Amino acid sequence: MSESTGVLLTHRTRPLSRKVRKVSLKVLFYISLALISVPVLFVFYWMVLTSFKDGTQATAFPPLFLFQATLKNYQDVIGKTPLLTYVFNSLVVALGATGLGLVLGLPAAYSVAKFSQGKLAIVVLIARMAPGVSYLIPWFILFSRIGLVDTYAALILTHLILTLPMTMWIMIPFFEDLPHEIEEAALIDGCTWYGIFWRVAVPLTVPGIVASAILSIIFSWNNFAFALILGGDRTRTVPVAVFSFMTFEGVNWGGVAAAATLICVPVILLALVIQRYLVAGLTLGSIKG
Amino acid sequence: MQAERSLASDRKRPSSGLVDFLDRHARWVLPAPAAIAIVLLCVFPVAYTLYMSFHDWSGSRLLAPQFVGLKNYLDIFLTDDRFHESLVRTAIFTTGALALQLVLGLALSLLFNREFFGRGLLRTLYLLPFVATPAAIALIWMMMYSPPVGVLNYLLSLIGVSGQEWAYGQSQALWALLIVDTWEYTPVIMLICLAGLAALPSDPYESAQIDGANSWQQFWYITLPLLRPTIAVAALFRAIDAIKTFDIIYVMTQGGPGYASETLNIYVFFSAFQYLRFGYSSALLVIFFTIILAVCLVIIKLRREAQTANE
Repeated sequence: MSESTGVLLTHRTRPLSRKVRKVSLKVLFYISLALISVPVLFVFYWMVLTSFKDGTQATAFPPLFLFQATLKNYQDVIGKTPLLTYVFNSLVVALGATGLGLVLGLPAAYSVAKFSQGKLAIVVLIARMAPGVSYLIPWFILFSRIGLVDTYAALILTHLILTLPMTMWIMIPFFEDLPHEIEEAALIDGCTWYGIFWRVAVPLTVPGIVASAILSIIFSWNNFAFALILGGDRTRTVPVAVFSFMTFEGVNWGGVAAAATLICVPVILLALVIQRYLVAGLTLGSIKG
Repeated sequence: MQAERSLASDRKRPSSGLVDFLDRHARWVLPAPAAIAIVLLCVFPVAYTLYMSFHDWSGSRLLAPQFVGLKNYLDIFLTDDRFHESLVRTAIFTTGALALQLVLGLALSLLFNREFFGRGLLRTLYLLPFVATPAAIALIWMMMYSPPVGVLNYLLSLIGVSGQEWAYGQSQALWALLIVDTWEYTPVIMLICLAGLAALPSDPYESAQIDGANSWQQFWYITLPLLRPTIAVAALFRAIDAIKTFDIIYVMTQGGPGYASETLNIYVFFSAFQYLRFGYSSALLVIFFTIILAVCLVIIKLRREAQTANE
């Protein structure tokens, strides 16, 4: 190694400067890390901070970093607005779309993995590629005709566009990795493909199922555009609700910040549980996190 | 396939004829419900959009859609300035987002690819921007951007920079949105690149060290070429999403002030659900979809080239 002689030499002659260089590199590393991390986290810090400010504190300039905190925004948002109803709506839609996504997606993913039906998986990509508005126009026309606008059914069906591809693409690699011996043994014992799927494949891939379910819930909970058009007063979901807080109540920033905090907390907690699978979910399994 | 068939004939047959029939055709029965759902929910709307793009219709129950041939497309390409401007904005926004986020995300992944104190915790915190509900976060950015009372103009004043209009001003709105998008998605690129870095072989680096390559040369001649397929995947998914950015733009500016931040997706949305021009909007969507498809094909082609170059 040509470098090793150099290292030896400098080490003998100038031990101090080498150490200084090493330490300063480390300092530089931590400074650049801090420079990037502060903006990433500041937004959340400011959101939570503002949620504890009263009306005048929230619009004070220069902005307040230290102040008498109040819980009034949270009390108002929960007590005086129907936020909890909207949370319930979002939960119904997210759980419905996730459940339906699993019921349809798991057998399909298993089939793609076992019978090498890659083409079916590719077709699902269309769902990821097409702009949401291109679904919204036909659905809106169809759903207004049959009176489905502003129903849970409409939102659950459309959120299936988010949850079904997600479930399939997360689960295909899980099913592909199942050891063949177990399935072959079950086949010889006279088990049908459905028996193997339900009694062998599903129990062995529970971690993947949990990951795809949680990812589905997160994406459904966060979806804004579908609920904006196909939802209504009875089925308003939280992202649409928080947007209407802002437009109707003007600039009650403290209230908006409190509502935003309440909405983000559940998805953030869920995301922490499955952080290993997040990247796979976002790239439809083409990169494993 | 061969093994499956011989296994299937060897084993004991289930007694019922129907169960037996279903089992022999499991490869069609298992994926059928999902396939039907996708046809109804995705393929049908895309086909319907194509059909509607040759018609003129305002959603009225009394007046049926009128067939107008290529008129919508001709109008869009020849006379619709709002389309042309939104197309340019979409191109600026998407290429800006891709370039900024790929460079920053790759740099971040290199920082995170070594051991340091608090690495796991920080990596977890970096998940927050893209899992937090975009509509909610967009409002927080509007609060921080507010020119008279926002914290960003205050922070700028501390370092002697005069206040900016951010998303509230015509000239800066698109860039202000680009900042939010970059904040939200750079960590995604970082995580994808980190996964790619973790999978790289160590032999090339060992021989490079023997040859005396410095760390910059190692990055430029080994890491970057080997990572190109990963970067291509990151670029593919980011491009698809950046082109279609909707939530933050709709919540923050609704394409305004004026039309200053109206991208193609936002224009199509208003054209359909504010002006109720369903035929015209469908034609816009067909063009939009074609653009997305073209971008995907280009990136997939680049990825193939990167992979063959590595082999």
